[in-house]
Amino acid sequence: MSTTTNTGTRGGLSRRGFLQTSAVASGGLAIGANLAGLSVEAIAAGTIHTPNAWVHIADDNTITLISARSEMGQGVYTSMPMLIAEELNVDVRTVQVVIAPPNTKLYGNALLGGPQLTGGSTSVRDGWEKLRVAGAQVREMLLSAAAAKWNVDAKSLKAENGNVTGPGGKKASYGQLAAEASKLPVPEKVALKEPGDFRIVGKRTRRLDTPAKTNGTAEFGIDVKLPGMVYASLEQCPVIGGTVKGFDGAKAKAMPGVIDVVQIPDGVAVVADTYWHAKKAREALAVQWDEGSGATLNEKTMLEGIRAGAPSDKVLPLKANGDAEAAIKDAKKVVRAEYVMPLLSHSPMEPMNFTAWVHDGKVDLIGPTQWQDGAQGTVAKALGVDPQTISVRTTFLGGGFGRRIDVDFIVQAAQISKAVGKPVKLIWTREDDMTHDFYRPQSLHQMAAALGDDGKPTAMTFRMVSQSITGRVFGLPLEVQDPLMTEAAIAPYEIAATRHEVVKHDAGLRVGYWRSVSHALNAFANESFIDECAAAAGKDPYAYRMALLEKQPRFANVLRLAADKAGWSTAAPAGRARGIALMEGYDTYMAQIAEVSMQNGAPVVHKVTVVADLGRMVNPDTVEAQIQSAIVFGLSAALYGEITLDKGRVQQTNFDRYRVVRMNESPTIDITLVQSNEKPGGIGEPATALIGPAVANAVFAATGKRVRGMPFTAENIASA
Amino acid sequence: MSTRFSVNGRTVDAKAEADTPLLWVIRDEIGLTGTKFGCGAALCGACTVHVDGQPVRSCQTPLSAVAGRKVSTIESLSRNNTHPLQKAWIAHDVPQCGYCQSGQLMSAAALLAKNKNPSDADIDAAMSGNICRCGTYARIKAAIKTAAAEMRGARSQA
Repeated sequence: MSTTTNTGTRGGLSRRGFLQTSAVASGGLAIGANLAGLSVEAIAAGTIHTPNAWVHIADDNTITLISARSEMGQGVYTSMPMLIAEELNVDVRTVQVVIAPPNTKLYGNALLGGPQLTGGSTSVRDGWEKLRVAGAQVREMLLSAAAAKWNVDAKSLKAENGNVTGPGGKKASYGQLAAEASKLPVPEKVALKEPGDFRIVGKRTRRLDTPAKTNGTAEFGIDVKLPGMVYASLEQCPVIGGTVKGFDGAKAKAMPGVIDVVQIPDGVAVVADTYWHAKKAREALAVQWDEGSGATLNEKTMLEGIRAGAPSDKVLPLKANGDAEAAIKDAKKVVRAEYVMPLLSHSPMEPMNFTAWVHDGKVDLIGPTQWQDGAQGTVAKALGVDPQTISVRTTFLGGGFGRRIDVDFIVQAAQISKAVGKPVKLIWTREDDMTHDFYRPQSLHQMAAALGDDGKPTAMTFRMVSQSITGRVFGLPLEVQDPLMTEAAIAPYEIAATRHEVVKHDAGLRVGYWRSVSHALNAFANESFIDECAAAAGKDPYAYRMALLEKQPRFANVLRLAADKAGWSTAAPAGRARGIALMEGYDTYMAQIAEVSMQNGAPVVHKVTVVADLGRMVNPDTVEAQIQSAIVFGLSAALYGEITLDKGRVQQTNFDRYRVVRMNESPTIDITLVQSNEKPGGIGEPATALIGPAVANAVFAATGKRVRGMPFTAENIASA
Repeated sequence: MSTRFSVNGRTVDAKAEADTPLLWVIRDEIGLTGTKFGCGAALCGACTVHVDGQPVRSCQTPLSAVAGRKVSTIESLSRNNTHPLQKAWIAHDVPQCGYCQSGQLMSAAALLAKNKNPSDADIDAAMSGNICRCGTYARIKAAIKTAAAEMRGARSQA
């Protein structure tokens, strides 16, 4: 239980501590170091030197960053090389990027407690120190090698633009020095540049991966090709968790190109010479399923269960100050509200796929994943092999959003390859992807506040009921608070008496981390509720918030700037209304103001004004891109997103029934970035969580209707 | 039995069955993997290619429909990123994950082939069949305008 009110550190510290605990508890997480972290090809070639785990320098002066994080659009294949290049004093465009193999010792994510996992908007925060240190170490080793070679004092030398230069016109390229440098001890202490001396970090820098993404040459998982590779299409039970009772594959096996029909734990796979042959033949399968307990699920009864509670529910106190209940009970003016969030799918543009080859006592895995050692460890367990026999090569990810933290499709590919003895590329259909996701869980927030004579809240209670994803993924015990349920749960507003609690309730459907995770759930409740309090007090929602932020300068600053930029003090254009949302997440402070009009009973979002203070930035252009991205992603959920179930079957199968924002629905986004010397905050996710409440509050301003659940359809608004 | 057509100016004889979607012929048989599979139902635009200059969703175009016709894929814009749209995509740093961008570029190329000065509404109309889950829409729109301006300039100089 935490009583910390400094929201800037709450998430990071507790998450780290708990994941370390859970890793030990579950036993399956910490795979340990099992590869040297070196490219086998590079060592064999004998021309590449590796002063430390992050940097290769070749004899021909090519510098390579070993990226410990997957590139899924968030720009780490540029921001991470920038951190290295800054201390190495080279043009970032001369740095190549290769993806690291699984090796948690070298490449684990400290902010997440150790797994080699890309998520939680952690890449830059985790890399900020260690990549600059790594670059500086290499620079010092190159200088020492040159000093030894020329028998001069290293202090008389300079490392610049890929060359070490010294007195009397001495000059050697990094590549010429790399072999000697790699034999030197890695310096324990290195001097990092003062931020005022940065030449790369903090400057708008074009992404290194863009050219490959504009001419079709970027390699995604679906593009992988191995010699002798065959293709698989997998029929899974329409009810998630169901198992194969029996099947008749004779008809499928007789179809063109089909090589085999094999059963694996998750279903029946058709393997063929082309993807289309496999997919066509799959339609000819006859499978009998044991649908299991999931066959009774629908989202309405799941929500009823969330509301009613269950004996297995676990109530976990988060924070308490004073006696909030008593204050609310005795108050003259009380505001109460409930907020409900639906199930959501991730639906990245690249459907789940992976290539696996089980051969000669080894397993090769190639494809898009957010969790390298998770893929390795889970496949090892599923196949009953030593993790060290499993290699993982990560391609570009055609979107992640949390879906590719799960490794179900990787295990399936490996099992199919083992069954047929060939390299196999498993490709899911869009329908497979949407109906076999790990969904964002539903949530219920029950909130109450007492308002004083001046309208300010004097007490507040916050109760959130949802499902723990971390329990499933990391084996977090039920009785331990899940920090990925409590993000942004404690709002920054000054309220004398408060009580926050979280209830873990298993609604029966498998759930997964979805961009911004519980920030999106908690910020919707908190920012809608403070707006409701302002309305009940008869106050302007901006002024009301500001009056409660006197002790929160970073929050107050972004909110004030956003109000200025959005023209809050002036009336919105005719027919339009504005709504505010404010949050800290991933050490990033952000305010959004949405400007909407109503058409046919539903909101059209015209403009979003965003102010973000995320401390020091590595690549401001990527920061802006991530804010734009997260707003469009969050807006899809706010306007349209809802997964429903009928007898355990997901009813949305493609983008017709699971609508997402398209260009003509995409708002103008006006971004202001606060210049700050604070430590870097994460930016891949937080903006996702704010667009929903900002739009809901704007809908209230436009219509007087308070929509307390997503999506904001005409129907849901009319019945609000 | 094969189907003869041209891909990026090269004549090919595809062996796949006539009802095979063009997408999988291009990707798996011809080996051009820039064109992407997104939905299989003409809902997302990731598989957009040109057939005789018109943008089509290759996931819903049977191989038989392109017999004797000219198919152009992302690889035809240019391999070295010299097409005005590719240059503009790089200048605006449009792609994030990048998966949808081949389809976005082919839809944009079809638009600019007939309209070198598109309005916002023209761009919305031409591009709203292409989904981007990374939300790169604003940069796509800006890049199309940049490319259109270059193409207009090139034409007026010619």
